[in-house]
Amino acid sequence: MANVALRNVRKAYPNGFEAIKGVDIEVGDGQFCVLVGPSGCGKSTLLRMVAGLETVTSGEIDIGGRVVNRVEPADRDIAMVFQNYALYPHMSVYNNMAYGLRNRGMAKGEIDTRVQEAARILELSALLDRKPGQLSGGQRQRVAMGRAIVRQPKAFLFDEPLSNLDAKLRIAMRVEIRKLQRRLGTTSIYVTHDQLEAMTLADILVVMNGGQVEQIGNPLEVYQNPATTFVASFIGAPPMNLIGLRDAGIALAGAGSEAGILGIRPEDLQMVDGAVPDGGVAFDLRVEAIERVGAETYVYGLRAEQAGGAAVSTRPGDLPPGEILVRIPGQSGPAIGERIRAAAVREKLHLFSTDGRKRIALR
Amino acid sequence: MVEHRRFGNLLPHLILLAGIIVVAFPVYLAVIASTHDNAAIANGQMPLYPGTHGLETYWHTIASGTGKTTRQPVGGMMLASLIMATGIAVGKIAISIISAYAIVFFAFPFRMAAFWTIFITLMLPVEVRIYPTYKITSDLSMLDSYSGLILPLIASATATLLFRQFFMTVPKELVEASKMDGAGPIRFFFDTLLPLSVTNIAALFVILFIYGWNQYLWPLLITTRDDMQTIVIGIKKIIDVHDALTEWSVAMATAVLAMLPPVAVVVLMQRLFVKGLIETEK
Repeated sequence: MANVALRNVRKAYPNGFEAIKGVDIEVGDGQFCVLVGPSGCGKSTLLRMVAGLETVTSGEIDIGGRVVNRVEPADRDIAMVFQNYALYPHMSVYNNMAYGLRNRGMAKGEIDTRVQEAARILELSALLDRKPGQLSGGQRQRVAMGRAIVRQPKAFLFDEPLSNLDAKLRIAMRVEIRKLQRRLGTTSIYVTHDQLEAMTLADILVVMNGGQVEQIGNPLEVYQNPATTFVASFIGAPPMNLIGLRDAGIALAGAGSEAGILGIRPEDLQMVDGAVPDGGVAFDLRVEAIERVGAETYVYGLRAEQAGGAAVSTRPGDLPPGEILVRIPGQSGPAIGERIRAAAVREKLHLFSTDGRKRIALR
Repeated sequence: MVEHRRFGNLLPHLILLAGIIVVAFPVYLAVIASTHDNAAIANGQMPLYPGTHGLETYWHTIASGTGKTTRQPVGGMMLASLIMATGIAVGKIAISIISAYAIVFFAFPFRMAAFWTIFITLMLPVEVRIYPTYKITSDLSMLDSYSGLILPLIASATATLLFRQFFMTVPKELVEASKMDGAGPIRFFFDTLLPLSVTNIAALFVILFIYGWNQYLWPLLITTRDDMQTIVIGIKKIIDVHDALTEWSVAMATAVLAMLPPVAVVVLMQRLFVKGLIETEK
């Protein structure tokens, strides 16, 4: 058990590319830290630096009070679960788990106790003699977990461990990993690009973009108070509506001169008939598309006064300019082409600076 | 494409059959000839069915050979060939797997230069570099020795290339997992890479063993002692008699015996051989 701390960690490749541009993260003992971000944001690189598989250009990586920048991966007392599991194909499940312990010169009896215990926890006891090739994806995933558990390391590192599983299994394994981590109380760092996984697993959520940390915090806190438009659109599905104040011609009292972008989560928009709620905003929309997923309905509306070329697009995959997403519970909803009015109350509005890099308080 | 036509298969089968006859008939003839006495073969009236001298001929060939030409029993030649072929195959595999390991898994200066240097030796088989190789072997006093027969032939660009291609398909996470599991480069090589390479090694062994067994020019050049003769050279010498009758039955028996070890290797390792060449799952 240990703290893991990253202090102003940087990574630059010989060709000059800066993959990590100064990251500070503090993971407390037994905490579950999730690094989330789009592909290429440097989250995997950062994890591999903690593991010792990538060198650290500058800064400090501290595991359990010891700076490990120059320590070999095997001597850092950490265990890693890889995306493709990286099981030894020619070894049985038992040997896959025992291999690391044998290399450390552990006594046979102790190895056997640990492997049997891990197998019991992970329900692998019946499969110990199988080869990885004879296992299903979920079982392989568990063996990879078992290989980490038997080491009883100071910290677990997970590199997108669930992305090779199908959707249903992914959810099941997600819960399993969380339960297991709670039970073992081992400090963990988990990398994923899936914001849902990140939200559900994390004690500490670290949102990364372009080699930098955008925001660190408790998942709900991050959800409720995104620090930048990037975080706002990355965390939460469907993503937050981001509207340029000036382009939309919205005059918001108390917004201040710095404010440039208004953010509203789809679920914070309500269909209303009459007036704008006090201090809030309202949009007149023409319904363009409707998605019903059962428990809720997504309404895509084009702002009536908007003839294109408005809403802020921070990344591909965002809504087209002028379109606003409203999320309403249940299966009822307007018809396509219908005109509706959607409004949000003042407390649910998020304001950002024009470049989207700064959150601005709404007084 | 799978077709089921009653006569559609006839032509392909006939062609295959003709091919088999063309390949197999000389072999059959050699086996038959080795069972008749020299006179029957020499006067051109050898029947196409087995004779009665089979056991006698083979015993004679293996145990004593021909006194005039090779002055060695063929059994001894087979041993020499076996040592040479095994030495070449094992040596080639050992050297090339280590070179490929270095080239694929280690980052060192001029790594690609090293690889290409190995690669261009493909263009330098022993026949091309025969004089310098002979000179070096001779200077190192390795003429008429097994090390002289084996060592100059064991560098293999082909095998290095094959292992390199295979190693490049090994997921890098496997290397990293080994690192995390406390396995250093040597351990990773022996515990993970070597077991994964077994089928490749087997496939290569088959090819290289036969390559070694069939060597002719190099042994001919550097061996002069009778007890260093390989069987391939033996066959040539047995046939090449002056002013006397060629002992055809012995020559044919030697040829048949020369075929057996390569055939045995292919038959025994066939399954691994095919697996090694087609397997993709890691």
